[in-house]
Amino acid sequence: MSDVGFVIAGYGVIVGGLAAYAALLLRRLARARQHRSPGDDGA
Amino acid sequence: MKTRILGITAVLAVVAATLYGLFGVPADLNQGDAQRIMYPHVSSAWLAYLSFGVTALAGIGWLIRRDLRFDAVAVASAEIGVLFTALAIWGGMMWGRPVWGVFWQWDDPRLTTTALLLALYVGYLLLRRLSDDPARRATRAAVVGLVAAIDIPIVHFSVIWWRSLHQPPTFLSPDKILHPSAPLPFVLALVGMLAAFTLAWTWLLIRRYQLARAELAREEAIRGGLVRRARSAPRPVAVGGDEGSVAQSKAPAEAAR
Repeated sequence: MSDVGFVIAGYGVIVGGLAAYAALLLRRLARARQHRSPGDDGA
Repeated sequence: MKTRILGITAVLAVVAATLYGLFGVPADLNQGDAQRIMYPHVSSAWLAYLSFGVTALAGIGWLIRRDLRFDAVAVASAEIGVLFTALAIWGGMMWGRPVWGVFWQWDDPRLTTTALLLALYVGYLLLRRLSDDPARRATRAAVVGLVAAIDIPIVHFSVIWWRSLHQPPTFLSPDKILHPSAPLPFVLALVGMLAAFTLAWTWLLIRRYQLARAELAREEAIRGGLVRRARSAPRPVAVGGDEGSVAQSKAPAEAAR
């Protein structure tokens, strides 16, 4: 495979970036839902 | 549950499309293996357009209906659009270096207008942090989202309107990607990656929308808590009737003289 470094860097960052964002999003969502648990008035 | 199934399907689709793009489809005759980057690069660019289009439409929805659910869709789509724009730029750089000989060129209208698109929507997200009032924030964001959307057709048609290093548009030009002479594996790789990334985008949009709604509910809870606390706080007792309280309030002013 020619230009293998560029191909790996291209795919790695794009697919890896998507996966990292998805994981971060799930974490943010879980944290936001935790804050909304009963008895928490946000104070 | 449906969203979870969608997420699992999207992961499997992205993995399959990635493996096919890397190992299944043959290398391009002229550009070699570097051309493989085209599949995720074009798919990311398509989803960046779609995201900012959805942000603009949701902004119009907010301005007409004054329903904060539209604003939640707008912010969700804008954040995902920023991600896909950054990924498209990265993919373009990794493809451009072996093919053009440069990572980036500021003279190129497609590259420069895409960088502007990224800056506009990063600005959109930053602008949203300036106001705590959800209605005011949504109105400002809707206006900026609509103005910023003007850059979407400029990015797309820049390669037609001006001289550019960049090749002409790949998608929204069915005669190019679906031309009978286009080898089937290349078409399959591109359409497969587009479909897989669009599934992933749909899942991300649903989850980011849920996050926006949860954040708004939390903001409202904080606001409600502060109002309740202010209402239940003991009021100052006037000592010696109204005159006493007036005297108390005047005392510091007189002392200041």
